[in-house]
Amino acid sequence: MSILDKHGVIERNATLLMVASLVVVTIGGIVEIAPLFYLENTIEKVDGMRPYTPLELAGRDIYVREGCYVCHSQMIRPFRDEVERYGHYSLAAESMYDHPFQWGSKRTGPDLARVGARYSNEWHVDHLVEPRSVVPESVMPSYAFLKEVRLSMDMAAHLKANAAVGVPYNEDMISSAAADLAAQADPDADTSGLEERYPKVQVADFDGNPGAVTEMDALVAYLQMLGTLVDFSTYDEASGYR
Amino acid sequence: MKYVFETVLVGVTAFLVLLGAAFSNDPLFASHMWIIFAVLFSSTVLLLRRIQFSFVLEDRSQYFDEVVRYGTVATVFWGVIGFLIGVVVAAQLAFPDLNIEPWFNFGRMRPLHTSAVVFAFGGNALIATSLYVVQRTTRARLWGGNLAWFVFWGYQLFIVMAATGYLLGITQGREYAEPEWYVDLWLTVVWVAYLFVYMGTLLNRKESHIYVANWFYLSFILTIAMLHLVNNLAVPVSFLGVKSYSAFAGVQDALTQWWYGHNAVGFFLTAGFLGMMYYFIPKQAGRPVYSYRLSIIHFWALIFLYIWAGPHHLHYTALPDWAQTLGMVFSIVLWMPSWGGMINGLMTLSGAWDKIRTDPIIRMMVIAVAFYGMSTFEGPMMSIKAVNSLSHYTDWTIGHVHSGALGWVGMISFGAIYFLVPKLWNRDRLYSLRMVNWHFWLATLGIVVYAAVMWVAGIQQGLMWREYNEQGFLVYSFAESVAAMKPYFILRTIGGLMYLAGAIIMAFNVVMTILGHEREESQIPGSEAALVPAE
Repeated sequence: MSILDKHGVIERNATLLMVASLVVVTIGGIVEIAPLFYLENTIEKVDGMRPYTPLELAGRDIYVREGCYVCHSQMIRPFRDEVERYGHYSLAAESMYDHPFQWGSKRTGPDLARVGARYSNEWHVDHLVEPRSVVPESVMPSYAFLKEVRLSMDMAAHLKANAAVGVPYNEDMISSAAADLAAQADPDADTSGLEERYPKVQVADFDGNPGAVTEMDALVAYLQMLGTLVDFSTYDEASGYR
Repeated sequence: MKYVFETVLVGVTAFLVLLGAAFSNDPLFASHMWIIFAVLFSSTVLLLRRIQFSFVLEDRSQYFDEVVRYGTVATVFWGVIGFLIGVVVAAQLAFPDLNIEPWFNFGRMRPLHTSAVVFAFGGNALIATSLYVVQRTTRARLWGGNLAWFVFWGYQLFIVMAATGYLLGITQGREYAEPEWYVDLWLTVVWVAYLFVYMGTLLNRKESHIYVANWFYLSFILTIAMLHLVNNLAVPVSFLGVKSYSAFAGVQDALTQWWYGHNAVGFFLTAGFLGMMYYFIPKQAGRPVYSYRLSIIHFWALIFLYIWAGPHHLHYTALPDWAQTLGMVFSIVLWMPSWGGMINGLMTLSGAWDKIRTDPIIRMMVIAVAFYGMSTFEGPMMSIKAVNSLSHYTDWTIGHVHSGALGWVGMISFGAIYFLVPKLWNRDRLYSLRMVNWHFWLATLGIVVYAAVMWVAGIQQGLMWREYNEQGFLVYSFAESVAAMKPYFILRTIGGLMYLAGAIIMAFNVVMTILGHEREESQIPGSEAALVPAE
């Protein structure tokens, strides 16, 4: 027990106590987190991932703003029941452009990682306006106000901020952000540039109101793309195992 | 005139905030700045009028206790608010029509509840008690003069900024780290000031040994600073707008966040409150800490191991398996120092066990340590991957958090408050000891109802989601599992109501004690042996 007797030195020196505690609490984080940034197999190699379109990104910001993550996860675990209920288990690659991640920690409502293209736009709008009109058991709040709020975000600035933290938005994407946002919500628009920049983009008047691009348009556009990007026909499960 | 510098500083800050409101293109940012301006402007007026509150006493001792008095009142106040919001969000889950869009929807209210309890109630309890304990155990006055006032009021401003922000929809979407970049920057300034006050006092000490409670408080302050800085690294879209994007993405972001999230539990809700345990239990029991050597092992093992446990929040996710396994192993090892600390706290009562019967304040502290032991067993168990595959995403987790937060954090804070209030206001005793007894039973039964209901709810949810019939089909739709939760959600609300009722009784008791009243009441049966005349 002699080592414990030497502890008196630390107890008499506040600076030493501070430095020693700080060193002790940093070790775990360094060992666990730092390798995730340089180990190459941390994120699987997949085909199909691309950054969010301006409209989807705006929708994602609304998803974050409304705290959807407190009740909905976006992380399907590799269990038989989850894969059958929600689809292929989630890959790290699928959230590689997510600042912040929205994996969630609680399922008061179902997982949303692959909710995209499962329901119609009309269903989503009805559900967000009055959840119990389509799912009687639901305890979700109503988000009818999203239909009334016009989208007023400066998307070029948002894309730039994302580029600054590593999302591969190029000059072309940033300069045409406002136009891309409008085009995705308008079925009659010329969307060739948008589709070239963002493959698999879904173009629609999501909220059923052609007069305005609303927050409802953005949120439904985001929900409709969730989990639809990765091409699983070319995904090699064995090489993705970590 | 007193506080000239402070008044000018607050006034100028109010003006700068007003400019922020005027020049911003972001309507959310402008609204938030208007609210902060209103708060700072009223503070300036209050400072100018030098309003004194009646509960402020001149310090008779050598210590700086005025700020501790404010902190104690703030702890009680935010406690009641936080528990009240908890009852509201619990009721919203049972009766969704109670959601009022957009400001009072569950998604915005839940961060309000968690932050109110963890950061407003818990944070004020930690700041107040740490500033009390550090002075008593070093026999030195707080370092830095009015800097302690800056810490206190700066922290209240942080709470108001965070809380109003949540309701407006200003959030980073990171659990327990929801405040946006400018609120985070403000908290950083306040926290550094807190560290200076605390370290300065330690360095000025007139006692050669640093008492164990201070080790825990110091490691809590340091580690929270580290976690806060790394987890909130972000790039704002505009310096006059609310939105920022996290510096990390996806899997790295997830582990950084849960490294933070788990250690917000480990250092904010555990290490800090263990500091409280190591001072207030020996004081109230009138006994020395059970084992000095155990406290050394407890301290270093706890702070070393806790940091590793974050990945258990990400079992079976896209986080690489090696990190998950590492997190699980360290979580299980963590059980040992946790129980070492529990034993050290409980055994401090050896030779004074009768006080559990005679002293409701000791009873509160003992049940706190008992809940600490329960939660720190449940936690490692839930971090085992096989158990976690069932418990994750369910209400079991919510129950676990509440047995720790209500049982451990809440109860040890209530014990400390009941200890502190008569001392800080120079009263002979509390207004009513019987009310402490009522508080004890309402709170304990409230937690038991809450935790038991959430166990049943969580396990049922987990089992329903994975239930297969003999043909190999999933038996339940997700919506059926939601419907099955309704009775549990109602019962849970009732448990929360009981806990809230206890806290309201405490608030009344504390206010009456501060005002100098003493309730005439008969002794609690069995609390003192009746004197029997000699025959």
